[in-house]
Amino acid sequence: MRLKAYEGRPAAVGGVGKDPVNEPMIRHWCEAMGDTDPAYEGPDAVAPPTMLQAWTMGGLSGHTGRSAAYDELLGLLDTAGYTSVVATDCEQEYLRPLRPGDEITFDSVIESVSERKTTKLGTGYFVTTRTDVRVGGGEPAGTHRFRILKYAPARRRPKSPRARRPRPVVNRDNAGFWEGVGRRRLLIQRCGDCGTLRFPWLPGCGACGSPEWDTVEASGEGSVYSYVVMHHPRFEAFDPPYAVGLIELAEGVRIVSNVVGVPYDKVRIGLPVRLEFARFDNDGDDGDEGGEDGQDGELVLPVFRVQEGGGN
Amino acid sequence: MRTGEELPPLEIPITRTLIVAGAIASRDYQDVHHDAELARQKGSPDIFMNILTTNGLVGRYITDHFGPGAVLRKVAIRLGAPNYPGDTMVLTGAVETVEDGTATVRVVGENGIGRHVSGTVTVTLPVREAADARDARDARDARDARDARDARDARDARDARDVADAGDAGGAS
Repeated sequence: MRLKAYEGRPAAVGGVGKDPVNEPMIRHWCEAMGDTDPAYEGPDAVAPPTMLQAWTMGGLSGHTGRSAAYDELLGLLDTAGYTSVVATDCEQEYLRPLRPGDEITFDSVIESVSERKTTKLGTGYFVTTRTDVRVGGGEPAGTHRFRILKYAPARRRPKSPRARRPRPVVNRDNAGFWEGVGRRRLLIQRCGDCGTLRFPWLPGCGACGSPEWDTVEASGEGSVYSYVVMHHPRFEAFDPPYAVGLIELAEGVRIVSNVVGVPYDKVRIGLPVRLEFARFDNDGDDGDEGGEDGQDGELVLPVFRVQEGGGN
Repeated sequence: MRTGEELPPLEIPITRTLIVAGAIASRDYQDVHHDAELARQKGSPDIFMNILTTNGLVGRYITDHFGPGAVLRKVAIRLGAPNYPGDTMVLTGAVETVEDGTATVRVVGENGIGRHVSGTVTVTLPVREAADARDARDARDARDARDARDARDARDARDARDVADAGDAGGAS
């Protein structure tokens, strides 16, 4: 693209601040920033220097004085698919304080357009502009260098806004468990020889080694034996922070599962919980091509709800 | 105040309200700073803080620290990991240079997902701070002068000894 040709061309000519420097906008800024510097209030108030660019902003009704060259450059990038924009750098120099009543004018030049760069956000071009802000008849008040990245967002998400939950790996050893979950039953393995209960499902008994087994259905009663709160890393299918519980069932075995019904930071060891089954990804647009589990895109998982009166 | 001095950290909870209030106070109506749905359509997981708010917070961090009378001269920042709602940004700073009542401070803001901002602020110090800095410089200059004098004295003494040694050597020949 002929992007370099835009370097040195104006980005805004004869821009005029929509409002003179004024106390209400200063106060709103200070409230937002939590800035209580006494220099920004009272009869001798000056504007916070970092407001420099705010006085040149177009607001809801758009920019004043923006040049054809700048619109052309951004339009060219839009057309080429670099439709997103993010500000990456802001360098301001303050030459004189701005006071209520000061009228702002500004001119802006396209300083540079980078080569095509690949960033974490996507591929695009850095566009740097420099704005000279003046006050009154033309006295320099400050300069403002601003760099944006115009980029094509990296495609990393499927068509649904949130990725699907990972599917269970079902094999010969655990198929009975998942078949039970499909019928809304939580099945615990029981050794056919010594009767020891075991969970998760395994091919042999950990106590006596016997491969014989049958199942008992969990009553659903249990309590939080331990837990962790997941903050990081983020996976699109999940919404951190969330609590992952190790639930001790009334039958004595333990299962890793979600604790639901209270905020993540109210989960405590010992909380009584009760089994329920939750459905995930049931929006029907997963486009699952009939995986081996034969599910039609919906996932059912056992979760544990904190009992009334718990989680206080 | 001296080069290398570290500023106490400032924790800023990144609330949805702060993001929206900062965007509007800076007259920035880009939808990614107030509309979560449109932000998601553009590939962002949520709304995020605009650069002008970050700039304002960095400026506030510096003037809060140096107190009334401190005047910002330059603020230059670069953004990295976005500030999303629910996160906390911790600003830290270290004095890089102090000269004639003006300091440059390196500022970094880290959030839960990485480095949100790094930059340099040039600030004219309030009179008291500037006086302290001058005192520190004067003390340093005085120390340097003393060191130089000591070095000179040591050299003179060594030269005198060398001369004496040379005399001894001469006497033996």
